[in-house]
Amino acid sequence: MEIFAGFSAGLAIALQPANLLWCFVGVLLGTLVGIMPGLGPPATIAMLLPLTFSMNPASAMIMLAGIYYGAKYGGSTTSILLNVPGESASVVTCLDGYQMARKGRAGAALGIAAIASFVAGTVGVLGLMLVAPPLAKFALAFSSPEYFALMALGLAMVVLLAGSSMVKALLATLVGLWIAGVGTDLFSATSRFTFGRMELLSGIDFVVVAIGIFALGEVLANMETPEQTQMVPVPKGLRNLLPTLQDLKDCRFAFVNGSVIGFLVGVLPGAGSTIASFLSYGVEKAVSRRREEFGTGVPEGVAAPEGANNSETGGALVPLLTLGIPGSGTTAILLAALVLWGFKPGPLFIPENPALFWGLVASMYIGNVMLLVLNLPLVPLFAQVLRLPAYVLFPLILGVSLVGVYTVSGSLFDLALLLLFGLLGYVMRRLDYPSAPLILGLVLGGAMERALRQSLMMSEGSLTILVARPMCAVMLSLAVLILLVPLFGKFNAWRLRALEQQ
Amino acid sequence: MQDRTRSLGDLGSGLALAALGTYIIVQALQWDYATSEGPGPGFFPLWYGMAMLALAAVLVVAELRRRSAGGKPIDWKPLGRALSTWLALAASVALLKPLGFVICFALLTFFIVAVMYRRPLKTAALVAAASAAGFFLVFQLALGVALPVGVLGF
Repeated sequence: MEIFAGFSAGLAIALQPANLLWCFVGVLLGTLVGIMPGLGPPATIAMLLPLTFSMNPASAMIMLAGIYYGAKYGGSTTSILLNVPGESASVVTCLDGYQMARKGRAGAALGIAAIASFVAGTVGVLGLMLVAPPLAKFALAFSSPEYFALMALGLAMVVLLAGSSMVKALLATLVGLWIAGVGTDLFSATSRFTFGRMELLSGIDFVVVAIGIFALGEVLANMETPEQTQMVPVPKGLRNLLPTLQDLKDCRFAFVNGSVIGFLVGVLPGAGSTIASFLSYGVEKAVSRRREEFGTGVPEGVAAPEGANNSETGGALVPLLTLGIPGSGTTAILLAALVLWGFKPGPLFIPENPALFWGLVASMYIGNVMLLVLNLPLVPLFAQVLRLPAYVLFPLILGVSLVGVYTVSGSLFDLALLLLFGLLGYVMRRLDYPSAPLILGLVLGGAMERALRQSLMMSEGSLTILVARPMCAVMLSLAVLILLVPLFGKFNAWRLRALEQQ
Repeated sequence: MQDRTRSLGDLGSGLALAALGTYIIVQALQWDYATSEGPGPGFFPLWYGMAMLALAAVLVVAELRRRSAGGKPIDWKPLGRALSTWLALAASVALLKPLGFVICFALLTFFIVAVMYRRPLKTAALVAAASAAGFFLVFQLALGVALPVGVLGF
């Protein structure tokens, strides 16, 4: 009943003309970003974040979330037409999607991807709506030690699945913690790691790091090669984009499979939509009567992964909004956005900000409908974005990045820092250091140190507080286990296989 | 076979991170580890500094042991393209104060189109002028964002 009342109120907020407009802007930008290889949702959200500071937080959150899930719709387009995934979550869609396109069924593949995304995306939001409020109530019992343990567990999960080398993932996390530590210590007013610069006393702005690592790093990595890929022609007309009844019948299990697996994987920190799409594709293939045809262009091979990567969005917002723990680079940026607007994501977020939470949930239902309408008839139009030459696109991204950072502080010093972080982002890509653990370390670093120090104040300096409380002990044990697990050969082989597929 | 860029990069990044870890530890030792009220400002950095130093050492040792296997020669061309773009961006940031955003951005765009993508100068000039004008119209005039202004007044 409480959920129904909350949702009704949220619907009233989401249906306000301004919020409908921002939702549309978000899903439209998301679709475009998803289509363009070389520009991902974290980079886009990071670049646009400074421009949302003057907006109403509910509208801003609706727009940024729209970019997040909209990109997942768009990501399938390039997988199907170019065999180049627009997003890492759409890698597996290439297997059957591109084969369908080569057989002259590009329209049906795009249509199935859009329908699966709509069905599973809607189920994911339903899951968010039903799971988040009770989980938040449960988490009200958490105190500083539990928070520290929860953040350690979240970071451990992200490190486990972030890259082929756990040493590099851990190092990236530690660099994130260090960047978070730059500035004045709030407990003792000691300035730390400021290199004698006044500008660093208040710390390094999250936006500078995020735009540098994601947007600039991505552009520099893309500048390495000047080539552009050839596209399969997109069929014109709605009729050619609609899958047949037989296609839909073949995909009915894939819709359910993608919805459920996507949501469950989304709730786990670190797993992310790429794992969700691979897992869902694997399950679909395993239970299919025609498993030997997978990879030759079967519609289920498109529906399952596309559904999973959309349902994952709803799941990923559960730990973000109820525990304040993001599970990926994009959700880490959304967390930072909420903090910058003055909110405190955690167990009290929903009771204290019902309008924002329910408004966001309701807008996601509306956004999914908008995306279905946008993606079915307008795919040929969106695909034209791919014709935008790289030499026009990349300077634009660089320009928006500079403007974005300058808007936050009006400081040329921050632009110099942006250059440094851009170079760092490029080097990390080049040397296979994953960027998500760094961003998570940065976002969680301050809160993690605070929780640890408060815990030790509670226990008068005794570390036993971290193992004496059952929930805390369980979560910390799990975190340690996760970090030790790669030492066991068999599991590490499975982990590396999963990462290779990413 | 491993690319020698990666091999050298892993070694270099491992050494750089070891240096950063050492710096963090040295700094943290200058701050209170514990106070009468609980852990001090040096507590948390000391631990992650030590963890960073240890993990960087693991990376360096692993790379040194692997190096005897050799590797593919370094392909400097892609690296050069990325670093040239970065240098051009750095130059345009350095020139923001005297020249202002619009001119710096136009110069950066011109460089990318003409030099990095080898398009005709006319195309490069057109793209640069259109992009810079677009930014001026959207951000400065429409959204009221205060962009750095140069000696020419824009």
